[in-house]
Amino acid sequence: MISTVEIVKVSGRALLANKMRSFLTTLGIIIGVGAVIAAYAVGQGANSVIDKQISMLGSNFMYVFPDRSSVSSFSNPRYLTVSDAEAIERECSGVVAVAPLAETTAQAIYGSANWSAEVSGSTPGFSVVREWLVESGRDLMDGDIRSGSKVCVLGYTVADKLFGEEEPVGKVIRIRTVPFTVVGVFASKGRSMGGYDQDDFILVPITTAQRRLTRNANTGRVGAIMVKGVSMKALNYLEIQINDLLRERHRIRPDRPNDFSVMNISQILDVRRKATQTMSLLLGAIAAISLIVGGIGIMNIMLVSVTERTREIGIRMAVGAKSGDIRLQFLIEALSLSLLGGVLGILLGTAAGIGLSAIMNSPPVFGVGSIVLAFVFSALVGVGFGFYPAWKASLLNPIDALKYE
Amino acid sequence: MALLELREIRKSFKMGGGDLEVLHGVSLLIEKGEFVAMMGPSGSGKSTTMNILGCLDVPTSGDYLLEGKDVATLDNDELATIRNRMIGFVFQGFNLLPRTSALANVEMPMLYSGVGARERRRRAREALDRMGLGDRMNHDPSRLSGGQQQRVAIARGIVNRAPILMADEPTGNLDTKTSDEIMKLFQDLNVNEGITIVLVTHEADVAAYARRILRFRDGIIIDDEINARVRGADAV
Repeated sequence: MISTVEIVKVSGRALLANKMRSFLTTLGIIIGVGAVIAAYAVGQGANSVIDKQISMLGSNFMYVFPDRSSVSSFSNPRYLTVSDAEAIERECSGVVAVAPLAETTAQAIYGSANWSAEVSGSTPGFSVVREWLVESGRDLMDGDIRSGSKVCVLGYTVADKLFGEEEPVGKVIRIRTVPFTVVGVFASKGRSMGGYDQDDFILVPITTAQRRLTRNANTGRVGAIMVKGVSMKALNYLEIQINDLLRERHRIRPDRPNDFSVMNISQILDVRRKATQTMSLLLGAIAAISLIVGGIGIMNIMLVSVTERTREIGIRMAVGAKSGDIRLQFLIEALSLSLLGGVLGILLGTAAGIGLSAIMNSPPVFGVGSIVLAFVFSALVGVGFGFYPAWKASLLNPIDALKYE
Repeated sequence: MALLELREIRKSFKMGGGDLEVLHGVSLLIEKGEFVAMMGPSGSGKSTTMNILGCLDVPTSGDYLLEGKDVATLDNDELATIRNRMIGFVFQGFNLLPRTSALANVEMPMLYSGVGARERRRRAREALDRMGLGDRMNHDPSRLSGGQQQRVAIARGIVNRAPILMADEPTGNLDTKTSDEIMKLFQDLNVNEGITIVLVTHEADVAAYARRILRFRDGIIIDDEINARVRGADAV
């Protein structure tokens, strides 16, 4: 019996004798494997970006906005208030924290430095919902809200622009003309996916903001209410509770539409994550089809090769090659083609993954799993589609093969 | 016990609608060390007989005993082993692998009998030297003359130390002078190495090198005679 090493050499020589054909035959596998690797890299990369986004925004949270389009002159004034926020916190289950939000843009001044920043009026719940950490000083406290004290916590960018190297905590800045004492600075979160600087804001007590900055003190009107639930699952039920609660509080008749809307950010991101998963799956399916087509290409060429080399098979059989030897030779040729395609495909897919991720502005993620899977799959394609031609070759009758013209 | 024995061998091929019988009961005995030429016009059954003797083909009926063993009882792998160990082949068209060096061509039978690379190389060189091709070992068949190619084929036939060499019109593609050289090589192998040679030819000049001549016509042996005047016998 011939040794496998010798058969590999024989097969290798046959493939090298037709370099161009061998390469073109492997192209289907190269593209298939490349697509698997690239799809995985880009898909995982996008997912990791979404995960990061979720962690930056804060997880399991939703926004409740007043819905201005549906405000009807027949109903009571419809906007969200601080008491709506308090009601949600008090009456809904599955709530971790609630933060009403009154935002405005204002000029902040310290000494000769001034900076236009987003001023967010909220409660201690703000940093819980959005998952902000205090780097120095302290966060807002319930007392600040009750007394409407003129204190603020700075986002990292604002602290940097106004104070530079100087320690901000304890200093007094002016927002518009109102003096606020800086009690703390938040740790930096950096830029969001859209390039928006998340650290460019000042947090002040909502009561102070309404009285001094937005002039909505009488109505207690807020721009939005942020709600953090205990889990992603809890959000759906929470949304229903908020819906019922606010309809009741706003006395909306059953036939009237909501005067507010609930935006479940986590859900949106989750949908996006599912979309990338679907896209990955789709690309994977295309890759699988490409691998099968590539396999058929290999089978086709191997069948041609067996026919072309019928006389060679006859000669080998005449000098003592067994059917198994012939079968193994052609099987190894097919396997070599598909594995070569697999290796080139992995290289191509890695390059494509890096390129596509650069365009999509998300880092590619390469898993050992996807590479091993691609390699194993291409080997299976080689064996699967190489078997029939090899089997056909081994069935040849020596004398018929020798006489073949 | 004869080396090769055919008993009432019949062979038919499927042709169009029906069967075409080309051997109508061939019986013969070949002893070890013989040099037998099988002669006859085309279609007389001599090549078919040789293919059966060489285990390249199987008879439709009749018995073939090789060293007393009934070949019909052997499976394909065992037949392959017999072709590998017992029988060397030389064909009219040389049947060398293209784009493969003379050395690699000669090494091939040993590939299938599991001889190690070093030993393969040594024995292939030895066989090619024996055929006077010591300086052509790394040439592809396309760069060798017909006579040289046929000598590579003979080297391939003897390299695995097979006791039987079968040659089907080995000089069919060669000129007279080269034919004589090739036939002398066969004679030399028969006399000095004791290799049994079965030769198929339709040329009397070529058959004249053999010590026994079988004549075929229409699928039967019509004549079996000792060649009283062996050509070139004095030279060996």
